[in-house]
Amino acid sequence: MTTQTGLSKPGFAPSGLSRRGLYWVGEHAVLVALGVLFIAPIVFVGLTSLMSSEQTLTASLWPNPVQWSNYLNVFTQVPLLRWFANSALYAVLATAFMLVSSVPAAYALAKIKFPGSNLLFTAIIVAMLLPPQVTAIPVYVMWSGAGLTGTLWPLILPNLLGDAFSIFLLRQFFLTIPKEYADAARVDGCTEFQVLTRVVIPMAKPGIAATGIFMFFHSWNDYFGPLLYTSENSDWWPVAYGLASFRGIHGTDWGLTMAMTVLVMVPVVVIFFFAQRVFVEGITMTGVKG
Amino acid sequence: MTATADVRQETLGVQTATAVRTPRYRLRRKLATLALLAPALLGLLIFFVYPLIASVYYSFTRYDLVSPPEWIGLRNYEYLFTKDPKVVIAAINTFWFVSIMVPVKIIFALLIAGLLARARAASGFWRTLFYLPALVPPVASVVAFVFLFNPGTGPVNQVLRFFGIQGPLWFNDPAWSKPSLLLLAIWVMGDIMIIFLAALLDVPREQYEAASLDGANGVQQLRYVTFPNITPVLLFALVTGIIAALQYFTEAAVASGVASGKAVVGEGTGNNLGYPGNSLLTYTEWLYVRGFSQYQLGYASALAVLLFVVSAVILVLLLRRFKAFTPEGAA
Repeated sequence: MTTQTGLSKPGFAPSGLSRRGLYWVGEHAVLVALGVLFIAPIVFVGLTSLMSSEQTLTASLWPNPVQWSNYLNVFTQVPLLRWFANSALYAVLATAFMLVSSVPAAYALAKIKFPGSNLLFTAIIVAMLLPPQVTAIPVYVMWSGAGLTGTLWPLILPNLLGDAFSIFLLRQFFLTIPKEYADAARVDGCTEFQVLTRVVIPMAKPGIAATGIFMFFHSWNDYFGPLLYTSENSDWWPVAYGLASFRGIHGTDWGLTMAMTVLVMVPVVVIFFFAQRVFVEGITMTGVKG
Repeated sequence: MTATADVRQETLGVQTATAVRTPRYRLRRKLATLALLAPALLGLLIFFVYPLIASVYYSFTRYDLVSPPEWIGLRNYEYLFTKDPKVVIAAINTFWFVSIMVPVKIIFALLIAGLLARARAASGFWRTLFYLPALVPPVASVVAFVFLFNPGTGPVNQVLRFFGIQGPLWFNDPAWSKPSLLLLAIWVMGDIMIIFLAALLDVPREQYEAASLDGANGVQQLRYVTFPNITPVLLFALVTGIIAALQYFTEAAVASGVASGKAVVGEGTGNNLGYPGNSLLTYTEWLYVRGFSQYQLGYASALAVLLFVVSAVILVLLLRRFKAFTPEGAA
């Protein structure tokens, strides 16, 4: 109806159709403008990473000549391979340890009734939300006593004893699995451990993957932890921490600094594009069930 | 309704199980549950319960990690509330991030989520584009922003100059350093934007149709349909945002280090935190300086206890409000 009137009076006040068309154009114009603003920082970082040190100090924004050697030179300026290896060690072990310890705990919280489960769950929520600085001092004193300060082990090993945020998130995923599946397996004589490995884990793979990726990114991006434990021992720096100190050590070469910035981003962005669906589902899971 | 049905089903299940199973089976099940939980229980005790208690104890002592803690009663707290020259500056800076950065970031995330939902661009290219900055490791995004906004040759001031505007000194000016980090926070709003987007798309279509049949215009639909539906998610973003802002550390520390041109390394760590002119000195940075640069672990513990009290008050509000954070809160 509206469409018909609209078409019959094309020259007059905005009809249903053309008003909708105007909205469409307006909305997409704003989207494109905002999109350009949001992508511009990454573009400028990429362009600058290909500039010579002298060129970064000029007004031109386009690299000329394109200096790919920045990406090689960062590896000789700082022990970048070692820092990448440290980051990989931290992120891979922290994630693996977290999964081994947190999946069983999350399963028990989601699928087994036991006395004190509510109290335990509340404690995990508080541990997850409390600023890490509140507990940092006694924990540091403990690791100092164990002689492990100056390494990344104080950040890796605790994951063997569960990670509060991961337990919370895994539990949220496990709750979405209908309890009939677990009950059926129990009736068939499965032990709790078998219910976990044969029923729950196969059904919750996307959730486990999302939680693992969050942990991997969290460790890869961590700054406060490495600052606390490794700041005086650059042999143990992860790459993100090394990047924060790079410009101080190597003067004002923005070209090299931006090349290293790109290198720190790349692994995270690559993992994201391979696991985008699972990842977005995970983010939504943290908030929407509020 | 559903909850009642669930409970009934479960009670039935337990009854049949107990009728069939022997006491030995039940003991085995209890032990199995304990085994599943053991690592996490131990972790909570060692890395959460004990440190909380120890923090309170240390806060009544003088402790430098070398000689054993020496009991000094309330002297740390007395110093904190009456003499510490920088704790007020640090608390005010943190309050700025809590009270300005959190709401601004939420408003931008909501606007962009709304735009994506309306333009039917809720997945694929556009969502990825606006989410991408949130993925950049925080240290990398701060280094990038300090470069983009560097007063001399940074692209932002170059572009402003093209329009005849003399840009400010951004990260090098005490008046502009916090707003510069605010721009960074807006750039990385992607994670809460995705949560908002999912919530917006979850609003039942029928409610909009019913409202529009009743003659509600666009603004009224927003007020009476959209907002009530997304309130829980908004509150979730607000409170987790406040918790994150209370511990704001990485972005401020890296911005100070990179903009001042001095490395945040080893002994000098505390020297440039807060640059320029203490404008970026946050509460947690001050705790770090006192504890780990100056090795006043007793005093830093007093700062930690105060942080705990403030966070706990916010947590209590949070735990009451959110179903996801209560044991019953389920999918």
